[in-house]
Amino acid sequence: MTDQLIPVLSDIELAEINAEIAHAPYRHAVAIDALKIVQSHRGWVSDESLRAIARHLEMSAEELDGIATFYNLIFRRPVGEKVILLCNSVTCWIKGYEKLQRQISDHLNIELGETTTDNQYTLLPVTCLGACDKAPVMMVGDDLHENITASDLPAIFRSAQEAHS
Amino acid sequence: MSPNTLDKPLTRNVHADRRPTDLAAYEANGGYQGLRSAMGKLSPADCLQIIKDSNLRGRGGAGFPTGMKWSFVPMDGATPGHKYLICNADEMEPGTFKDRLLLECDPHQLIEGMILSAYTIQADIAYIFIRSEYLLASKLLREAIADCYAKGYLGKNILGSDYSLDMHVHASAGRYICGEETALISSLEGKRANPRAKPPFPQVSGLWGRPTIVNNVETLCNIHHIIERGADWFQSLGLTQDAGTKLYGVSGRVKNPGCWELPMGTTIREIIEEHAGGMEDGFKLRGFLPGGGSTDFLTTEHLDLAMDYDTIGKAGSRMGTGTMIILDDKTCPVGFVKNLVEFFARESCGFCTPCRDGLPWTAQVLDDIEKGRGQDEDMITLGRQVEYIGAMGNTHCALAPGAMEPLASGLKYFRSDFERHISGAECPWCDGGSN
Repeated sequence: MTDQLIPVLSDIELAEINAEIAHAPYRHAVAIDALKIVQSHRGWVSDESLRAIARHLEMSAEELDGIATFYNLIFRRPVGEKVILLCNSVTCWIKGYEKLQRQISDHLNIELGETTTDNQYTLLPVTCLGACDKAPVMMVGDDLHENITASDLPAIFRSAQEAHS
Repeated sequence: MSPNTLDKPLTRNVHADRRPTDLAAYEANGGYQGLRSAMGKLSPADCLQIIKDSNLRGRGGAGFPTGMKWSFVPMDGATPGHKYLICNADEMEPGTFKDRLLLECDPHQLIEGMILSAYTIQADIAYIFIRSEYLLASKLLREAIADCYAKGYLGKNILGSDYSLDMHVHASAGRYICGEETALISSLEGKRANPRAKPPFPQVSGLWGRPTIVNNVETLCNIHHIIERGADWFQSLGLTQDAGTKLYGVSGRVKNPGCWELPMGTTIREIIEEHAGGMEDGFKLRGFLPGGGSTDFLTTEHLDLAMDYDTIGKAGSRMGTGTMIILDDKTCPVGFVKNLVEFFARESCGFCTPCRDGLPWTAQVLDDIEKGRGQDEDMITLGRQVEYIGAMGNTHCALAPGAMEPLASGLKYFRSDFERHISGAECPWCDGGSN
């Protein structure tokens, strides 16, 4: 590949990545931080972004991709404006995860792993969110929702959209 | 300070509305007095001796004595360079929600404990490795660390001493295996979170090959209280031979699920019946995992046992994180175990074969049984999987053996329920149950 094919990371992205490099013993030690920084600005990590980060960290894109694909919260495919992290661990399962997942899927017309056609939401299962006393729980974007019932869903997704618009 | 706040040191700044305690409020309630009293007066060796004498055991689940863990860090200065203290705030064990409380309600308690712990092992850099989803806690910790630099609690020459410490927050990018201390170190180095072989132990060769201590949030939150009030005080808090208090939690079909700081050794019955309010109306207690998804089931016959490391160990399980998950009579035990095994299969790092290939196989057998497609031989298969995957030494780390604990004990206590699925070719709970 030629340099022309590698888009330059934005100044903000570079500044944030370099701030991490400043207290690391070598550049590719910040691989995960750099992936998260770029994802926070672009929503996901495209092949082009991956190559640009790898070049900046002086490592191979293949090695960086091995790291990126290990972590479930690094998105190597586009996701919606907000990612729904629906807990499917044991307490939430006891408290009705399976029904809730079906209700959310029906409400938004997406299955697990899919994004709504208006690009608002991507629905993903997630490991125990550490709020088991309030099960079932999920995160919508940055917000944690607790003790969820089917009747809460319209308000949760309406308010998330209003906050965005 | 009133005696009752001394009884519950970890949660004395935790309010019912869970509002965070800022630096001013923390100091007003005696915060950073432990640090002030130690700096210049206690040597690192003095601090280590106090922690050893206190009998504090790691609150992340394994229960290893904290003072002994620290004592393996080289202190002779023969290997000049950095030493690291890492706080494991990667709380992801299914059914565990105790560290979130400490992180969100009292971030300075953790930071003060970390400064004193780092001082004890003479670490010059500290990291808080926190799971990505704990956004509020991450924000509060970053603010609290900035406040500490401004106050001289962190940075160069802390409180005028010759000791210096830098502290950073590292937000993770997911995966349960990062909670395993050597996997955490791999992740902090920017790699895939594969656990490492031990030895060498992290105390000698950890982060970037340097001496490193990894401790759980709750463990570190205890440190400044012990340094300030002494080992005898800490020992006196426990009801049994295990010292201190413990954050116990209960989740599932109980009236009042939650998390409470109670004396170490409080009985399971008191935790479930008094603090959690007993079972929800219409539900009966069948069993419970005492401390997260990788602990063996206990049942109603164990209710009067003390919740401490040794007592629960002798009963055939582990206290683990101390946060119990309740199995009620309207939840299918096979489905319960299947959920856990699927979780561990998904979270395997993929490094060793028994875990990478064995756990999905086990999950598949459980799925067949739960869906009514099970065969009699499946019970033999599950028994063999427990034997081979569950044996420590057959796998690279403790994840897969941990996954076998609820299955092994589930087969022991609820065997007839597994067999009913096979003989009846359907799940007896599928209609009318809670799922």
